[in-house]
Amino acid sequence: MATISSRHLVRLRDVGKRFGSGVLALDRFDLDVGEHEFVSLLGPSGCGKSTALRLIAGLGDATSGAIEWPGGAKHGTTDIGFVFQEPTLMPWATVFDNAYLPLRLQGVPRVRAAEDVMATLDRVGLGGFERAYPRELSGGMKMRVSIARALVTRPRLLLMDEPFAALDEITRFKLNNDLIELWRGQSWTVVFVTHSVYESVYLSNRIVVMTPRPGRVAAEHQIDAPYPRDEEFRVSSLYNDHCRLVSHSLARAMQEIRA
Amino acid sequence: MSAPRDRDRSARIERIARVALPAVIAIATLVAWDLVVRINQIPHYILPGPLLVAQSLWTDWGTLQPALLVTLRITFLALAVAVVGGVGLAILFAQSKWIEISFFPYAVILQVTPIIAIAPLILIYVDNTHIALLICAWIVAFFPILSNTTLGLNSADHNLVNLFQLYGATRWQMLRYLRIPAAMPYFLGGLRIAGGLSLIGSVVAEFAAGTAGQGSGLAFRILEAGYRLNIPRMFAALVLISATGIVIFMFFTALSHLALRRWHESAVKREN
Repeated sequence: MATISSRHLVRLRDVGKRFGSGVLALDRFDLDVGEHEFVSLLGPSGCGKSTALRLIAGLGDATSGAIEWPGGAKHGTTDIGFVFQEPTLMPWATVFDNAYLPLRLQGVPRVRAAEDVMATLDRVGLGGFERAYPRELSGGMKMRVSIARALVTRPRLLLMDEPFAALDEITRFKLNNDLIELWRGQSWTVVFVTHSVYESVYLSNRIVVMTPRPGRVAAEHQIDAPYPRDEEFRVSSLYNDHCRLVSHSLARAMQEIRA
Repeated sequence: MSAPRDRDRSARIERIARVALPAVIAIATLVAWDLVVRINQIPHYILPGPLLVAQSLWTDWGTLQPALLVTLRITFLALAVAVVGGVGLAILFAQSKWIEISFFPYAVILQVTPIIAIAPLILIYVDNTHIALLICAWIVAFFPILSNTTLGLNSADHNLVNLFQLYGATRWQMLRYLRIPAAMPYFLGGLRIAGGLSLIGSVVAEFAAGTAGQGSGLAFRILEAGYRLNIPRMFAALVLISATGIVIFMFFTALSHLALRRWHESAVKREN
């Protein structure tokens, strides 16, 4: 994408994370995320990719190393949106109230937030569902609420932790397309954690392949296919070539640890 | 083709059966009771028949009604104080692990010591019998509210806690928008138990106190009627206590259903 600037939004330098149990989840992990980038962290389960994401979000502290925010984005504000693997909605609250939550926590009165919340729900395809309760929605729609909640504050950085892993393929493809559309239409940056080679190639402009525990960067791939990407791209030879390359480096990353 | 209609029909039958079957059992029991008393010619000072009990309920209403009000007042006051105290303490516990660790064992001690064993002591130390009764009922009703609410406040989804933290939520916001709603089903479950227990607590304490005179409740009326061998009145008072318990239970069940029907599994209709 031509709009990717060289400015970094967040930089991880030599970051290590050891849990209380003694498990070393991340070791000397480096990551630069440029503004307006769509970066995927790709690796097997337990490679520390979620840990890295949580550290960026400010949920927990790194044991060593540093996380820098050259662009001045801050924790505990509306600069960062987070989408969990589960929709993680409040079951007692309507779709509207769930999406309104980040603004409510910032002290924005309901009346003033209403327009933004409704517009965001519209954008993720939930127009007309604002009064529904989460239990009345399908898995895909719950995930849309979760995405709306993350986007409602117009964050500079959107962190997504395997958000579509639990969804069926049809729903996942649809949400992939919608996510690309949303991202292209706005000025935010995405860090997307996944264990799917195909999903990461389809979505990102850069893929960071990680080694199994402790997680470290094994390889990086630029996916220079142009956007908009659609179902044509999914069956193109360009897509397949990228998938093959990324699969290879993932396989190498897995062996590295065994050797 | 006829499957949905069959299902409708069986649903309707079940709805009717839910009311009709217990009613049939009740009527059968009353008839059997009446027959046993009549056939064996049991004197009413040993076992009165159901009609006599009903009659006594009617004729003794002047004595029983003020007593019922006294018992109700103690029950609901104790329950109210238990709700305020139990919820307040649970919120305090949720704020600090240390407070919980320090005080929870004493709440347990209060709960496991039989009220009937503490009641005489409380009656000695507290001059005002009314307040003594209130304390007894409160001790019994307080624990289920405390322990359920504590559990509920701590059972908010961890990722939601993370999310709140991510957006820089204050302690108060975390409590108001996350922990308290998450605790509601637990609290309401505790309330349903506590409602029945506060009635039991107030009746038991009154038995221990044996208060006479104007301000005495249903338990004392039972004792008094017992001394006078007025067995029908004993039964009538007993019926009133049971009915009160049932109404309290039904009230809180309905309240719980109303509060949770939009979202909680316990109150949401299954769709298959």
